[in-house]
Amino acid sequence: MTAFIKEIEVQGLRLAYATKEVLHGITFDVYRNEILAVIGPAQSGKTSMLRCLNRTIDFTASTTVSGTVRVAGEDVRRTKDIFALRRKIGMVAPLPTGLPLSIYDNVAFAPRCSGLSRRADLEPIVERCLRQAALWEEVKDRLSSLGTALSGGQQQRLTIARALSHQPEILCLDEFSIAIDPVTTMRIEDVLKELKREITIVLVTNLTQQARRLSDRTMFLLDGEIVEIDRTEAIFSGSPKSQRTRDYVRGVFG
Amino acid sequence: MRFARTLHVARKERAEAAAKAVFAFMAAAMIVPLVLIVGYLVYVAWPSLGWEFIVDIPRRGMTDGGIWPAFVGTLYLVGISLLVSAPIGILAAVYLNEYAKDNWFNRMVHLAVINLAGVPSIVHALFGLGAFVYAARLGYSILSASLTLAIMTLPVIIASTREALASVPMAFREACWNVGATRWQTIRAVVLPNSISGILTGVILQVSRAAGETAPVMFTGAVFFKAVERGELFPYGLHEQCMALSMHLYTLATQVPNVKESLPYATAVVLLGSVLLVNAAAIALRVYIRGRKKW
Repeated sequence: MTAFIKEIEVQGLRLAYATKEVLHGITFDVYRNEILAVIGPAQSGKTSMLRCLNRTIDFTASTTVSGTVRVAGEDVRRTKDIFALRRKIGMVAPLPTGLPLSIYDNVAFAPRCSGLSRRADLEPIVERCLRQAALWEEVKDRLSSLGTALSGGQQQRLTIARALSHQPEILCLDEFSIAIDPVTTMRIEDVLKELKREITIVLVTNLTQQARRLSDRTMFLLDGEIVEIDRTEAIFSGSPKSQRTRDYVRGVFG
Repeated sequence: MRFARTLHVARKERAEAAAKAVFAFMAAAMIVPLVLIVGYLVYVAWPSLGWEFIVDIPRRGMTDGGIWPAFVGTLYLVGISLLVSAPIGILAAVYLNEYAKDNWFNRMVHLAVINLAGVPSIVHALFGLGAFVYAARLGYSILSASLTLAIMTLPVIIASTREALASVPMAFREACWNVGATRWQTIRAVVLPNSISGILTGVILQVSRAAGETAPVMFTGAVFFKAVERGELFPYGLHEQCMALSMHLYTLATQVPNVKESLPYATAVVLLGSVLLVNAAAIALRVYIRGRKKW
């Protein structure tokens, strides 16, 4: 966090599923090369917020979105190439999702979708991403076996490798550790610390301690509103401004 | 302390035994008629059965000989109807399941498809007569009959294909969209490869339905008798009428005097046998593809 360049700017973002509003006008920025942790109990709108960033919210019927989201300065709702927007953001879902393809094809899928087809182009990308996701050593001899046959922790790293395969500038992780063991979680956390040098990371997590370990800043989202967003030390060890934040990070509720 | 058998447990066990007996009886009751039907058919048909029966043409005023014109006719009708209904049905189902938004129009389309799948075949027959034979001026022909069968099988193919597509987990699609894939790229890479066995099963099951229906072909293009060469592979033109197994069975059983007793039964065995063969192929294909299933 040397230069405070705003990678993502969210202003007054409101989101409603049919008539039920789940985000009540939230405003925050994400700076380049920081890890922003988003904490908060279930149903507080964390995942919905992520889906507004890369506009996969469009796939859900009868949603209403207002406010602006800018990614790298560009309004996502005015962007001409939505697929380029999604490639700019790597998205990792809560449950490990190996696509029912080979390990190689799992990682090569996104580059292929954007037009690469020669093996000479794809192979370095596959190796780089699997290395970045700390999976290469385990699977380098069986790249043609099925991604879905891997263990849960390996599949989650495969998911991360896939999210990196389109060279995103932003990586969003949505509770990536709920389905994997603590050791794998620690390995992925190390990966994230490495990745932070090159890209910006938004880490949605249920584990307040994970937010504390990894993030530069922490945002506390509750019932579709931002209770507090501040430097992580200030939230956890300092004195958070809000009583609700203090209660949540100390495990009084949530 | 010992585990005493309470009154409640005894009652529970009696109910369990009774339930199991009822279910087992019903399952057996289903198998018995099937075995009886097939056994009786084959028993009566036995004198006529054989390769000769399939490739020979009907002789002596249809009281003797084989069923070649009807057999080939059914192949024509079923083949052409599937060539029409399978691509249209599968593509329509892909649109409805993968592209269409959940609005009132698409709910209406869905409702229409479900209801069309339940329309009796005689109604389809009447529609085929009006639409293809008269309005489209195709006349009584293989084309009219095949199109009528296609209209009849189309809604069921759409419904079964949609079901197969819907069985592919949503998470796979979302994973593809997240990396910037279009819907078509997603469908091609993940959705179709993982639903193809279900889709094919749905389509192949319609083969037996199309082969067995009598009314639609009777109204639109099947005839009592058509002279063709014995064993000839392409005896019909698309604008000609043809014979069909289902109709031939009806004719032999009710319309022709002094038929050899085994003849209609042998015809039924061939019809049943062909349908079972196709269904067995469908099952084999499904087992093969499921063996390679990827999640």
